[in-house]
Amino acid sequence: MRHIISLLMENEAGALSRVAGLFSARGYNIESLTVAPTEDPSLSRMTIVTRGSEEVIEQITKQLNKLIDVVKLADISDGGHLERELMLIKVRADSPELRDETKRVTDIFNGRVLDVTDETYVIELTGTGDKLDAFIKALDEKCIIETVRSGSTGISRGERALHA
Amino acid sequence: MKLSGAEIVVQFLQDEGVEYIFGYPGGAVLHIYDAIFRQDNVRHILVRHEQGAVHAADGYARATGKPGVALVTSGPGATNAVTGIATAFMDSIPMVVLTGQVATPFIGSDAFQEVDAVGITRPCVKHNFLVKNLDDLIPTLKKAFYIATTGRPGPVVVDVPKDITDPNIKISYEYPETIEMRSYQPTVKGHSGQINRAVDLILSAKRPMIYSGGGVVLGDASDELIAFTRALGYPITNTLMGLGAYPATDPQFVGMLGMHGTYEANMGMHESDVLIAIGARFDDRVTGDVKKFCPDARIIHIDIDPSSISKNVRVDVPIVGDIKHVLGDMNKVIKAHKNKPDAAALKQWWSRIDTWRDKDCLRYDRNSALIKPQYVIEQLYQATSGDAYITSDVGQHQMFAAQFYKFDKPRRWINSGGLGTMGFGLPAALGVQLAHKDATVACVTGEASIQMCIQELSTAMQYMLPIKVINLNNRYMGMVRQWQEMFYESRYSHSYLDALPDFMKLAESYGHVGMRIENPKDVEAAMKEAFAMKDRLVFLDFITDQTENVYPMIAAGKGHHEMHERELA
Ligand SMILES: Cc1cc2nc3c(=O)[nH]c(=O)nc-3n(C[C@H](O)[C@H](O)[C@H](O)COP(=O)(O)OP(=O)(O)OC[C@H]3O[C@@H](n4cnc5c(N)ncnc54)[C@H](O)[C@@H]3O)c2cc1C
Ligand SMILES: Cc1ncc(C[n+]2csc(CCOP(=O)(O)OP(=O)(O)O)c2C)c(N)n1
Ligand SMILES: [Mg+2]
Repeated sequence: MRHIISLLMENEAGALSRVAGLFSARGYNIESLTVAPTEDPSLSRMTIVTRGSEEVIEQITKQLNKLIDVVKLADISDGGHLERELMLIKVRADSPELRDETKRVTDIFNGRVLDVTDETYVIELTGTGDKLDAFIKALDEKCIIETVRSGSTGISRGERALHA
Repeated sequence: MKLSGAEIVVQFLQDEGVEYIFGYPGGAVLHIYDAIFRQDNVRHILVRHEQGAVHAADGYARATGKPGVALVTSGPGATNAVTGIATAFMDSIPMVVLTGQVATPFIGSDAFQEVDAVGITRPCVKHNFLVKNLDDLIPTLKKAFYIATTGRPGPVVVDVPKDITDPNIKISYEYPETIEMRSYQPTVKGHSGQINRAVDLILSAKRPMIYSGGGVVLGDASDELIAFTRALGYPITNTLMGLGAYPATDPQFVGMLGMHGTYEANMGMHESDVLIAIGARFDDRVTGDVKKFCPDARIIHIDIDPSSISKNVRVDVPIVGDIKHVLGDMNKVIKAHKNKPDAAALKQWWSRIDTWRDKDCLRYDRNSALIKPQYVIEQLYQATSGDAYITSDVGQHQMFAAQFYKFDKPRRWINSGGLGTMGFGLPAALGVQLAHKDATVACVTGEASIQMCIQELSTAMQYMLPIKVINLNNRYMGMVRQWQEMFYESRYSHSYLDALPDFMKLAESYGHVGMRIENPKDVEAAMKEAFAMKDRLVFLDFITDQTENVYPMIAAGKGHHEMHERELA
């Protein structure tokens, strides 16, 4: 099962490597990991997408909680939640037909063209991982020059929140 | 009071109540060594190898419950300390290790004797710190001790760059009595609902077994465990790390469990209907094949670390909390409970256990013309009236000591269980003897293990530590040989020890007393003679039967009911 684990941790040098080290040392898999400081600069918020059996996920959350730098943790996939990922994708757009078609698909997916040259577009798209995958599929594979994805971040719906 | 970083380190250790620093100097810690020189409150013990410093600090911690402290230089000092740190980590020993580091401007430049000590030790510490500013030094040291000693204890490394200890830069110093950490608040009290559920289950048991471990020793909860066990009248087994937490001479004690545990302990586990796990972590040496583990039992597990619970074996009633508190609460609930243990069922259960006991699974050939290692341990027990601190190395001798020395008190049995570090025993004994000046301290070792930290004989001489080294010399890495005999058709690949030193002369060259004992009838007298030398380290080299194996034994992947037993003619 896929789980989204959200954590608040002390914004300390080395905190990220403790989390990454834990996953590699214990053989847990990381699908994606994102991290950035919060409105309180002494705290970072990290979102980890991982997969495993219930037992493995239980151990992952317990082991993460045990890290001294981790302040709070929640498996937000346990309840209603929102998930977003940002993708920037550079595609070949060197003919009128290709430019039209790419623009059309981008509009359907609610993406934006951020940069235009004679040869290329850079498109910005946010959404769930599935939506980004679908967008990539909708483009002609041969036209894709590079893609960069942020990895998923997420937040619970309603009142539930992570506080220090 | 204005102090330099180096002075702060030493003053802080004094204010924290540290008696000993076990260490070894080098460039990056010279400022600290100078501050040590200029005071005489905290005693520095100079070892001969940084691994020895950390094991000695570890032995001190295990024998006292207070955190051990080690100090090593950057680079090779730090890397030499890693085995000791990992050893303490695996057995949850409270310890603070100070490592020197190159000055902050040089960090990351591959400077002389630079290693990323924080990076190298990260997977084998409870936590670690790099002190980047002098202002952080005091709170960091406070956090280090707080983290090391609370919750599930463990080693904490503090990496101190040389410029942080500069004697010319001083800041004001005040010892912080307490520290708050929003990200670290270990659970102490157990959940009362869970405690009630557990007690209901405990009192409904027909074939109960108490399985307690190192957590009882670490949590100083021996008294509570004894009260609990006696009130119930249930059988109790201890892990290797839990030995002594319940008196081994008590009739309710069925011996150690696990790979080299007793027949009665392992069969009792296998047939139990309620298992009460207390401060034990279901290690693979204990469970054998988890699929065959306690097939009929509902399991209660008390542990301070939630990640120990349901890690290897799913449990039915988890209780997160400190054992001393949880058992204290449980004892009250049991007393007030409307139900009492089922006397009739217990009687039947004990008679079944007694039939297993009658097998006398630890029996060995007492008529052998060769010295049996078991006999040496029995004689050690006699010579010390069962009241010594026993450290050990790793191998067959460790198992014989665990099986044959009946520990009646906690903190008396000091060994590396989780990492199984050969070389632990002698340096650990230094720390134990320093902690308990007048106590009898013996190190049970093998001719292979002792050579891994033999240099500490020199430290023992310098500080006049009258340890008794009991070398069970079988000229083999016996534990390895035993596996090769059993699982590799006796192909003894590199487990024979050739070119052994003359241990008697070796001990003498360090200034100690050496004895060699080759005949079973000389064992008793040699022990007497050695232990009568109260102020000398005596190295007793017992030339033992090379073919002796440790039994019972559960081979890897087997269940508790599938033990190998010794066959005697
Ligand atoms: C050659 C060799 C052979 C071995 N054979 C055996 C064997 O036959 N049998 C055996 O038992 N072991 C054996 N071992 C040791 C084994 O590897 C483990 O080290 C040992 O079984 C672990 O003991 P434990 O479960 O008591 O846990 P420990 O490592 O002592 O862990 C203690 C547990 O208690 C918890 N705890 C700590 N403090 C508290 C507190 N205050 N309150 C509540 N909980 C707390 C911790 O979170 C942890 O879960 C062998 C080792 C070697 C080297
Ligand atoms: C540092 C280290 N290296 C290797 C091992 C693997 N090992 C476990 S027991 C053992 C043999 C120990 O021999 P000895 O000290 O003579 O004890 P004996 O088993 O003969 O009593 C070895 C090599 C270990 N535990 N630790
Ligand atoms: Mg040997």
